[in-house]
Amino acid sequence: MVDLAASALTQRPSRWPAALARGGRRLWLGGALVGVLFLVALLAPLLAPHDPIEQDLMSAQLPPAWMQGGLSGYPLGTDSLGRCVLSRLMFAARTAVAVALIAASLAAAIGILFGLFAGMFGGWIDQGVSRLIDVWMAFPPVLLSIVLAAVIGAGLTSVIAAIVVVDWTRFARVIRAETMVQLQRDYAAAARVLGLSRGQLLRLEILPNLVPLTVTLFAVEMGIAILVEVILSFVGISVAGDTPTWGGMIVEGRQIVYQAPWIMAFPIGCVILSVIAFNVLGDGLRAALDPVQRR
Amino acid sequence: MTAVLAIHDLHVAIGQRGTATNVLRGASLEVGAGEVRGLVGESGAGKSMLGRAVLGLLPTNAVVSAGTIHFEGRDLLAMPEPERRSLLGRRIALIPQDPMTSLNPVRRVGAQIAVLLRRHLALSKRDALGRAAQLLAEVAIREPRRVLELYPHEISGGMRQRVLIAMAFACDPSLVIADEPTTALDVTVQRHVLQLVERLRQRHDAAVLFITHDLGVVAKICRTMTVLHAGRVLEEGETADVLARPRHPYTRALLAATPRVDRPAEALRPVPTALIESLWSEAYRLDRLAMVGPA
Repeated sequence: MVDLAASALTQRPSRWPAALARGGRRLWLGGALVGVLFLVALLAPLLAPHDPIEQDLMSAQLPPAWMQGGLSGYPLGTDSLGRCVLSRLMFAARTAVAVALIAASLAAAIGILFGLFAGMFGGWIDQGVSRLIDVWMAFPPVLLSIVLAAVIGAGLTSVIAAIVVVDWTRFARVIRAETMVQLQRDYAAAARVLGLSRGQLLRLEILPNLVPLTVTLFAVEMGIAILVEVILSFVGISVAGDTPTWGGMIVEGRQIVYQAPWIMAFPIGCVILSVIAFNVLGDGLRAALDPVQRR
Repeated sequence: MTAVLAIHDLHVAIGQRGTATNVLRGASLEVGAGEVRGLVGESGAGKSMLGRAVLGLLPTNAVVSAGTIHFEGRDLLAMPEPERRSLLGRRIALIPQDPMTSLNPVRRVGAQIAVLLRRHLALSKRDALGRAAQLLAEVAIREPRRVLELYPHEISGGMRQRVLIAMAFACDPSLVIADEPTTALDVTVQRHVLQLVERLRQRHDAAVLFITHDLGVVAKICRTMTVLHAGRVLEEGETADVLARPRHPYTRALLAATPRVDRPAEALRPVPTALIESLWSEAYRLDRLAMVGPA
């Protein structure tokens, strides 16, 4: 009965092109920028023209290559110790991307867990989790991070821990609300009438519907994590002194901002661009993953 | 012959203890094996609540304050949760009201039918999908194999309703509760759906509780009917008898308010306000009596 010609004719078109079209320019732009950032971070040792901590005091504070007095060997100039700014930016991107990925994943995992529990069970469990989130959010995040850094000591771990500890609430709140919305939907009720258990209901009906929201939130959270890492390295409680970070570069550049403004301008530009990239990507993903057009 | 479903003196209240509103005020109802019973009433009569009470789908703030629901001689309200869940979808099934929202948008049609078959009939994934295709063919869906691969938004509303009907009869239930299954469909599709329900009912030998506000639908497919108002049963009997010689003035008024081909539109009369008011004040009087408690 199954006829090859007929089944070929009625083959369902792939949904990927449609999703990409819905995402539009934001998806492409955000995806491209984030992709470049990830590539640079991954390939920093290959791409960087110099060792990021190699000092050359004879050629300190060189302007970018295209300006008066610049050297072609240092495309973006050098800092006050004669280190190549471009190479340092590239290696700093590694720190930023690592922090963004790890911190956002952990925050998402913890937040989703709490959010699902609160949304699924309601009642006193929901009350408990929700009040915990309220109290948590009333606490100033930067202060929390500084306290944390003081307790576990400075370093990459404490930066990641600080971001996770502060930002899991962002996921928990959103996932809790969305879980409750999904449970109210007709198909959740219909699934319960099929005799499915709570676990099956969660796995089959609720979780798949949370994916678009989680992906979007994750992209935005990575941007936030980068920003927090910059703030923490700016106040000096991030990684050790010789590892380049964007925040650390901003601090160093600040002292000589009148003589050599580019040293501070480039890392700031990188931070702004990457945070915008993550936000634009998040926006594009939301449009792409939402089959109902909302403009 | 014992009844498949026997509801006796069911009281359901919604809201907090002090401000609770009664939605069912001692409704009693029986559905025999293989019987198709229409449950009619205006909106707010409590007919959907009655169906939800049987399925255990009452809203969280609703309580069954008195009465019993027996299914095949077993008390549904006193039954432990896992036992009740094993009946749902297998022995008691639901055809939901709105086909557009009652299927999970992010899962394929086949997967949603298969989970039901695997849960209750312990079929392998492969067998479940094969059986699902048979079921879809039974509800006159062409190319059932292909439809299994589709997502709900890729098929029409009438088709979704047929998928839901197929799911309701999938495990040979002895009782199917149809909660206004034709309300969200246009008239031409309605007739098909009614014929389909009737055909599947005969094939699977199930009893149907058909909840609707449409007397025309009741006249077409229900052998017996129950008229509900303000949570009370006003009249019941063989459909032909009730429609030909309505005893209760409310039933008479409902009939006069139903459009018919053989009568001019001017003959339509709305249900008199005085009648509705007297019925409600009677219901409230009963509420007050119940609050004082048995003397």
